[in-house]
Parts: sequence; C-alpha cells; structure tokens
Amino acid sequence: MALEIRDIYKHFGPVRANDGISFTVQEGSLHGILGENGAGKSTLMKILSGFYGADSGAVILNGEVLELGSPADAIDAGIGMLHQDPLVFLPLTVLDNFALGSPGPIPLDRSEILEELNRVSSGLGFEFDPSRLAGSLTIGERQQLAITRLMWLGAKVLIFDEPTTGISATQRLQLFATLRKLAENGLIVLFVSHKLEEVEDLCDSVTIIRQGRVVFEAEMPVPPETLVEKMFGKVFVEQGHDAVPLGDALLRLSGTVLTEGTTHIKDLNMDVAAGEVIGLAGLEGSGQRALLRACSGLLEPKAGVLSIDGKDMSKASYRDHLAAGVHYLPAGRLEEGLVHGISITEHFVLTSEDKSFFIDWKAAEKEAESEIGDYSIKGDPGSHAEGLSGGNQQRLLLAMIPDAVKLLLLEHPTRGLDVESAAYVWTRLLDRRLEGTSIVFASADLDELLRYSDRIVVFFGGEVFAVRNASDIDGEELGYLIGGKQRV
Amino acid sequence: MNLSRTAMATVVAFIAALGVGILLLLAVGAPPFETLGLLVEGSLGSASKISITLLAWSPLVLAAAGLVVTFAAGLWNIGVEGQIIMGAIAATWVARTIEGPGWVVIPLTIVAGVVGGVVWALLVGVLKTRGHVHEIFGGLGLDFVAAGLATYLVIGPWSRTGVASTSGTDIFPEEAWMPTIDALGVEWPVIPVLLGITSVVLVWLLLKGTLFGLRLKAVGNNAYSSYLMGIPTDRYILGAFAIGGGLAGIAGTVQVTAFHHKLVPAVSGGYGFLAILVVLLAGFSAVAIAPIALFFVAISVGSTQIDLRLGLDSAFGGVLQGIIVLFVLFAGGWAAKHPNSSLTPQEEP
Repeated sequence: MALEIRDIYKHFGPVRANDGISFTVQEGSLHGILGENGAGKSTLMKILSGFYGADSGAVILNGEVLELGSPADAIDAGIGMLHQDPLVFLPLTVLDNFALGSPGPIPLDRSEILEELNRVSSGLGFEFDPSRLAGSLTIGERQQLAITRLMWLGAKVLIFDEPTTGISATQRLQLFATLRKLAENGLIVLFVSHKLEEVEDLCDSVTIIRQGRVVFEAEMPVPPETLVEKMFGKVFVEQGHDAVPLGDALLRLSGTVLTEGTTHIKDLNMDVAAGEVIGLAGLEGSGQRALLRACSGLLEPKAGVLSIDGKDMSKASYRDHLAAGVHYLPAGRLEEGLVHGISITEHFVLTSEDKSFFIDWKAAEKEAESEIGDYSIKGDPGSHAEGLSGGNQQRLLLAMIPDAVKLLLLEHPTRGLDVESAAYVWTRLLDRRLEGTSIVFASADLDELLRYSDRIVVFFGGEVFAVRNASDIDGEELGYLIGGKQRV
Repeated sequence: MNLSRTAMATVVAFIAALGVGILLLLAVGAPPFETLGLLVEGSLGSASKISITLLAWSPLVLAAAGLVVTFAAGLWNIGVEGQIIMGAIAATWVARTIEGPGWVVIPLTIVAGVVGGVVWALLVGVLKTRGHVHEIFGGLGLDFVAAGLATYLVIGPWSRTGVASTSGTDIFPEEAWMPTIDALGVEWPVIPVLLGITSVVLVWLLLKGTLFGLRLKAVGNNAYSSYLMGIPTDRYILGAFAIGGGLAGIAGTVQVTAFHHKLVPAVSGGYGFLAILVVLLAGFSAVAIAPIALFFVAISVGSTQIDLRLGLDSAFGGVLQGIIVLFVLFAGGWAAKHPNSSLTPQEEP
C-alpha cells in the first residue's frame, strides 16, 4: 500500500496555494511535511481529507484513484485527519464522542460501542473513562480520543496537523510513541509541522513545500541546515534603514505572563525604546499575537508589569491605550480593522480627529481623495471596503493610522503588498521614528524582519526563544531560530 | 446597474406576490379583482377613509423610523411591540392623572410615551450589552410582559367604573385627545401625520449627515472593527435602542390619544411587527418607509371592507402583506446571489 499525491493544483483567486504537488509515501512510514506559514501544507491536507476539492490532480491510495468530495468520502476511503484543535464535542461524553463517527444503524447499541471503544483504545494503549465529559479531558487526551475514533472507522492514512500545539511535554512523548506504533502497524502517518526538531526526532522521510511546490524530498536524517535552507529559501538582506537615535524605554515588559487560547507566555521581559523598531518572528501562534494584543490593551496580562511611557498599563482598557497613543493594526483586515458596507470616505470620517456632530461630506471626500493619492489606494472615495483588493485594504488601514502615535503595533503590515508598495509603506512608517514613535511588528517574512527591524525577538512555543540585533544575524540563522534551534 | 437589477427583481417579486394573492382568492372562491378593488376603495375611496388610513399610517411610520435606526446598528429590535405598548401605557397614565388644558396635557402624553418606550428599549439594550442576552429574546420576552401589563391595567386598576372588561379603560377626557383639523367634513389627524413625517426626516438626517449615524452604521456592520477604531460600541447600541424605543413610544401615544382615546389590551394594533416588515421591504432606507407604510396600512384598512362586503376574513390583508415581503426578500437575496444571471435580455453585449 502506498499513498500517491499526483499533480495537485489548487488556486484561490490569484493565489496558487498548491502549484503541482506530487509525492509518494510508502506503507508503514512516518512522513514529515515541512514548510513555513503559507507554503501550502494546510491546503494540501485539506484536499487529502476531503475538505476542499483540488482544481486538478489525483490522490491515489493502494493503486486506486480516490473521489474525495467531502470529509465523509475521505474517511470512507481510509484517510483520517487529526486537526490542530481535535474535533471533539466538549459537552458530550467520551462514549458519545466515539459513537458519533459510527457508520452503524440508528438506534445505536451503546454496549456494543462501549466494547468497541475498549477494544480499539486498549490496542492503542489509551485508557478512557467512557462516561467522562470530553470537556474535562486535556488536549492530549482529546487527541487520543480522536485517534481512537479514526482508527475504529478504519483509517489507513492518518494526517496530524501540528499535533504538538498546546499539549504537555509528557503528552508529546506519548503522542510520538503512538505515532511510531501506528506506523509500525503498517499505517501511513503524515506529520505536518514547522518544528524542525520534532520532524528530526520522529520522521522516516520528509517532504518540504515552499510556495505551493515540493522543493525537497528525502529520507531522514537530513542535516538541519539543509532543512532550513529548503524551507525558507536563500535570504540575503541588507539592513534597509538608517538607525535613529533611540530615546528612553517607551514600552516595558517585566515578568509578564500572557494566556490566550492555547498560547501561554511565561515571564516576558523586554524594553522597547522610543524610536526603536522591533520585529516579532516565529511561526503563527507562537505568542506574537498575544504580545501585540496585550500591548494594545485587548488582552489583560495574568501577572507582571506592562508599562507604556512610564505608566503601568497592565490593567488599563483598550480605550485607555488608544488615549495613551497606542495604535494596533491586526492582520484580519475586514474582520478587525475595516467595516464592510462603508466607503473609504466614511472610514476616514470615523477615524478622523474631527468629532463634530454634523459631517461635512464635501471636505471629507476631499480628505479621502488626498489620502487615496498619498497611499496609492486603487479605489474611489465611495468604494466600499469589501470591494477593495487585499493590498488596497491594507493601504487603507495604514492610511487610517492617526498622526500622533507613540507605539505602533502591526501584524503582518505588508502581507499581500507588492515589493514596491511594501517599501513605500515602510518608508512612511520609519519616518514616524523621528517623532519618537516605536514600532513593534509581527511578520512571517524573514526579509521584512531583517530589513526593517532594529532588534528581532523570536518566539517559539510561547516563549521568547531569542533576541538578536537585526544587523548581527542573517536569514539562515533566523530560520533556525524560528524552527526552535540554535545554530551550533 | 446593480441598483436597477435589484429594482427589477423587486418589481418582478411584487407582480409574483400579487399573482399568488389572486390564486389564493380564487382558491377560496372570492372574486379576485373585485377584492383588490375593494382594498383600494376601502382605504382611499373617500376623504373619511383617507383620514382613517393616515391615522393608521402615523404610528406605523413612527415605529418603522425607529426600527431603521436599530437596524442600522445591526439590532433586531423585536421588542418594538412592547415599546409601543409601554408608550401607550405611560401616555394613558398622564391622560388619566394630569388635569389641565390640552396644550399642557397633549405634550405631556407625548413625553410620557417617549419615556415609556425608551425605558422598555433600554431594558433590552442593557440585557444585551451587560448580560449577553440576544435582543430578539430580550425583546420578545418584554413584549409579553408589556402586553400582560396592559391587559392587567385594563381589567384591574384602570378598569371602567363598575365593569371590568377587556374592551378598554374609560374614554380619556377630551383635553387628552390629540386635536384634529376639520376639512371636507372630515377630521384630519394632522399632529400624528406631522409626527410621522418629522420622524422620517430626522432619522434620515441622523443616518446621512451625522457622525452619530455613521458610527451607528459602523457598529452595525462590524462591531469589532468599530471597537478597535475607538468607538464605544455599547453606548451606541444603547443609543440606537433609546431612539428606536422613543419613536415606538410616540407611536403608542398616538394609538391611545388619537385613535382609541382609551387604553385597550391590544393597543399596539400589531404595528410593531408590521413595521419590521415595512423596514425589511424598504431595504432599511428611512425615505422608503413612508410610501411603503402607506401601502401597507392601505391594505390593512382596506381589508375591513372585504370583510363587510364579501364576507371574506380581513386577515387576507395580512396574508397579502406577508406574501409580498417574502417574495421581495427572496428576490433581493436571489439577485445578490446570482449577480451574473440576467432577469431581462441584456441590452449591452
């Protein structure tokens, strides 16, 4: 038995998420799929698990071309997917969760299903109390429950999407043991990750995807520097800006503890000087967003100090932060930034300093026109936000940043912009440093991090893994750090 | 282009709805065209009928104008019925308690109506912003409470001297009647109509020309983005409820001081729910509610004629209103979902 992925193409509008992906995985192997954020791993896994249809190409299991129209088709064909958040219904018991996947007739024979649960779980070395509510299980136990269910349904291929997110070290060891056992029993296990160490520990073979294509295939072990280079490509960057004299510490974090969802950041210590640019590197969900949200007042620290301009802001509200000169620009443009059904002009009116009761539409439109020209937004004053392209939405958001800001918090500030616009946007942002504005930005783009940061803070698994002066490191080293490895 | 497509879809839906109405009439054995003719005659056929229609139009338009504001803020103010009733109850209290000339009592009944409606609407708003109770559930619950309170007052503390019946309280003293103007041998409800027109104009101005209106719209379309922009979203939600409830409360005042001249259990006349249909049909536009409300009350008022003359239940009017709304909403949704299909042969290549 072998799983063959043949020439998979999947486009979302102009984005080529999968651009002709082909590879084969043999029976009984633990196969790693590596790639940075946005490389196309998730899209491919969603195609394998029947969630998306591919534009073209085939998935072949055991010589048979599979028709994957829905997740149910994929499970019938023997492909099971374990999502990052295990698909478990928290208000239901373990037994009910297990029975949910039952293909059997209505009504369910619970005693028979209970026997099945015991049989399958003991075969895997798991122990469950069938009457417990799934909500009281740890993430690791929920994973085990989901694995048990998929095995019972006859999975021959199991896909694990970042399975070590949010589980403890012991549970990780246990999970890895389970994965090895599953592979020994002849299953095909696909392990999707961006953590180099885990792939090195666990996998027999590896496929690296970059920009929607397979760029590397090999049997493990492979030297880590090769993996890094293949994952990120070669990055050569010179520092793109002149340093400005830095002022006193504007943002100060000391012993700060943040918790959001599965992200836990313990003991954060960091000073950001006025006029400094800090780049936050790391794979998505490693803690960068939690930090930005905490600095903007949207996430209250569990403990520790968070002070801005010498004032303790750890208990202050979002609006207090706004008043203190903090501006946060999140990544979700239409979800957490712009308002659909509202024009460009109206957006500028909403964020304008002028708070008079009646709106002077003529003046507002003029103002909008000048901003549109300034930021080269492709749209009219009357264009609605949802009608703009992603890049133009980003330009609009950047144009809406007020003039007097002390601390600018940005999430992927130039994602979706072409190189020239990105450079232009950064020129505008860096100009603000002259007035003492500090910039803290998260990015997945190594080039951007190296080019515009003074210092780079690398997050890994909810901890600050490394802090480096941008001028002291190169793309290769940054790639290592993001993957959770120090270069020896 | 898009606008004309939507307009076209609306016209088609309208004709289709009328067609279904005619089929329905045929099915129950009623003469369809005579029935539709009676609807028009019964509502607009004479000066006195027009004045009745206008008197019914005013509370409907007031409630609908308030709903335009709450819809702009993204709120389903199902509690509008209760807000009308509480406005009516508060106005009744003034009419029964305060003695004085009309120019004192009448404005006070209006103020009382506003207070009653605002309080009831803010309850829904506070339940939503503080308790995370969805406004549909909060509003629906408070509708029942208000209706129960009205019934209790009518048969209990405010019952007619000597009799406790659901037919209503004692008639108000004439000082508490909204004055009318005599012309063409008919009493015209000038004040209610002026209140209705004013509400439409003010709501239109509020949403078109003010920062308050724009922020309301932003909160309604994306509360989280608005919050990030620094708009105090809860305050705007409460503001929208207050305006919607205030206008509904005035509608309640009109019902008791201009129409019934007493408090009755079903004082709202169902205008709250009907107003929701009007606003949906108007596509949430303040200007469009005036003619559409007129069309709707014409059907309602006219349908009493088909009861008298054809023995057909006057509920047919409501059925026809419902069918029209459903067809138009369906057509609008369909046109939005199929932007590339043409309803009519395309003129341009």
